Amino acid sequence: MLLGPALTVSAILFALGVAGVLVRRNAIVIFMCVELMLNAVNLTFIALAQQLGVAGHVFVFFVMAVAAAEAAVGLAIILAIYRHQETVNLQDIHLLKG
Amino acid sequence: MTGHPTDFLWLVPALPLAGFLVNGTLALARPATKGAVSAVGVGVLAAAFAVAAWIVAGMGHGEAAPEIVRYWTWMPVGALSVDVAFQLDQLSAVMMLVVTGVGALIHLFSVGYMRADAAYARYFAYLNLFVFFMLVLVLGANFPVLFVGWEGVGLCSYLLIGFWFGEKVNADAGKKAFIVNRIGDVGFLAAMLLLWRHLGALDFATVFERAPADLALGGPVVTAITLFLFLGCTGKSAQIPLYTWLPDAMQGPTPVSALIHAATMVTAGVYLVARTNVLFAMAPVSSAVVAGVGALTALFAATIALKQWDIKRVLAYSTVSQLGYMFLGVGTGAYAAGIFHLATHAFFKALLFLGSGSVIHAMHHALHATHTHEDPQDMRNMGGLRRHMPWTFALMWIATLAIAGIPPFAGFFSKDEILAAAFARGQDAPLWYLFWGCGAVAALLTAFYMTRMMLYTFHGPNRTGEKAEPHLHEAPWVMTGPLLVLGLLSLVGGVLNLPALVGGGQWLHHWLAPVTAGAAGFLPEADLEHGTELTLVGIAVAIALVGILAAWRLLKPADLVPARLARPERGLGRLLWRKWYVDELYDAVIVRPLTWVSRNLLWRFLDQGVVDGVGVNGAARLSRGLGWIGSWLQTGEVGLYVVVFVIGVVVVLRAVGS
Repeated sequence: MLLGPALTVSAILFALGVAGVLVRRNAIVIFMCVELMLNAVNLTFIALAQQLGVAGHVFVFFVMAVAAAEAAVGLAIILAIYRHQETVNLQDIHLLKG
Repeated sequence: MTGHPTDFLWLVPALPLAGFLVNGTLALARPATKGAVSAVGVGVLAAAFAVAAWIVAGMGHGEAAPEIVRYWTWMPVGALSVDVAFQLDQLSAVMMLVVTGVGALIHLFSVGYMRADAAYARYFAYLNLFVFFMLVLVLGANFPVLFVGWEGVGLCSYLLIGFWFGEKVNADAGKKAFIVNRIGDVGFLAAMLLLWRHLGALDFATVFERAPADLALGGPVVTAITLFLFLGCTGKSAQIPLYTWLPDAMQGPTPVSALIHAATMVTAGVYLVARTNVLFAMAPVSSAVVAGVGALTALFAATIALKQWDIKRVLAYSTVSQLGYMFLGVGTGAYAAGIFHLATHAFFKALLFLGSGSVIHAMHHALHATHTHEDPQDMRNMGGLRRHMPWTFALMWIATLAIAGIPPFAGFFSKDEILAAAFARGQDAPLWYLFWGCGAVAALLTAFYMTRMMLYTFHGPNRTGEKAEPHLHEAPWVMTGPLLVLGLLSLVGGVLNLPALVGGGQWLHHWLAPVTAGAAGFLPEADLEHGTELTLVGIAVAIALVGILAAWRLLKPADLVPARLARPERGLGRLLWRKWYVDELYDAVIVRPLTWVSRNLLWRFLDQGVVDGVGVNGAARLSRGLGWIGSWLQTGEVGLYVVVFVIGVVVVLRAVGS
């Protein structure tokens, strides 16, 4: 069984995603890191589905569908921000504050 | 009609209620209607009186058990079940006849008196509604139903005192009556709660059946209940200390004063004490308080009446004083005597008020015709009216002799019976000699001030003014007719309860015996020796004669000047004229501190400071402060948000995981 290595890989991928979200400034890169985290979770689902049944597979499809929708909306937002601000650097985008 | 008479008992209050609905609709839809309003307003009262008389005629004489007619269950609350039910017994029969009978006469009088008023339909609507509530009051078979009537007549009293609400003084008088009565009503409510707590019932039959077994004789509970009830009575029946509203209530139309503030509503307190006679008889302290307050009020109000110039105010204080007699009677345990005086007082005081109404009517028209702006109610502007209003003059003298206690007029028998009962009680408790003394002095003053009123109004030269005098004339027949009937009743009303002394059968006394039987067990009426009784009668007649003759000799109507020329009173006269400054005293001791506390403590501190400041605005300020702290976190830096978010997720996961 490859459960241990598979979970390790997914943990590493998730940690990379979190780190990327935290340290990077480019919106597109952050977006990619979010996708990375989603896929790390998908890997966990697949790995655990070996033992716990088919529900894990079904969940992966749902996650992929949501991720696709999120990609469409998220990229559209980034595009809109770029048209407005001429940048996708999040440090420069801080108009919305109390 | 077939069936048992009590099957139709509901008709008696239903008729005035129907009259109210019809007249109220007319008042809203066609305020100018007069003919239909008079027909309905007077018609329903006459019909109610006819039905009441028919029902009472069907009652068996000496029948002990009251007939209770249940209509529907009103408040089924746990063990307590209050029905809407009427009770027909000897006491409610007397009250029902007085209310509908005198009421019908006063309604008829109003047709003439209010003829020129713009709000004619509204007036009759209120008057019908009043009679409805008064009948609910006297017919109710339990305390809550009685209380509905009690509050209802208070409402109608308020509406009718402030009937001409365009002038602030009238509206204020209505408000005063309503508010002062609320103080008394607190007592009534407290008494009801105590009754329920200690006896578990509120209907008369059960309460009076359980009270002797469940309550200690003369114990604190029954004393508290009766004193609370009596507090309610002092409000409704204008006794010390809550009498101040009644003289102000004279701002209403005069027939209203006759109906509500002399003949019926203000006697509700006397009725209540007579109704709950078992409870009062079980509480000797309360009975003594009732008698004492009554005797004191009788004397106190009579002194004020000595110096009033407004003809209606003289009668108002006279009413307060006569109500005091009634309470002296029922407090002494002479319940039948109290109710007897209630009935005769309804006759002669209604006559006096309606008579003063026709005097004011004539004065108003004379002054109006000559565009003179004088007070049509001030006796100093009257004088010599006997030449212009012979009927009113003669009939009012009958009522005056009746109230002064001259035999054989009605008031003599009832007042004498009360004073005799008080004197008889003095044999065991000397305190009652004092009460008798108060009553006797008040009788002297009554004879004096009533003669004074008659002298200044009807005798001597006329002071209305040369131009106005020819316009003075007798009232139309629709007004003098009711006066005639009331005059007859004042003349012969005494036959209701002729004492054994003059060969009478004490009819009312025996008639009411089943109602007061419960009390007679605890508080048997004391008997007087024949000789003592005769002496007392002699004293009473002598007192009345002395009062009348003293007024006749001492007062000189010829020396009187019209009100606008009169010099202000001085000394004792001023003290009496200003009503012992009681209104001023209440204002300084109660009203002003109360408004001060309301304004500064309740309004400025509690409402504006605590509720508005700390509560409402404080909550707003708190959320604004919290928002300010939150806005501090809102930097617009997405990176920071993400860091906070991740930390939050870790914290939540740790919390969930552990």
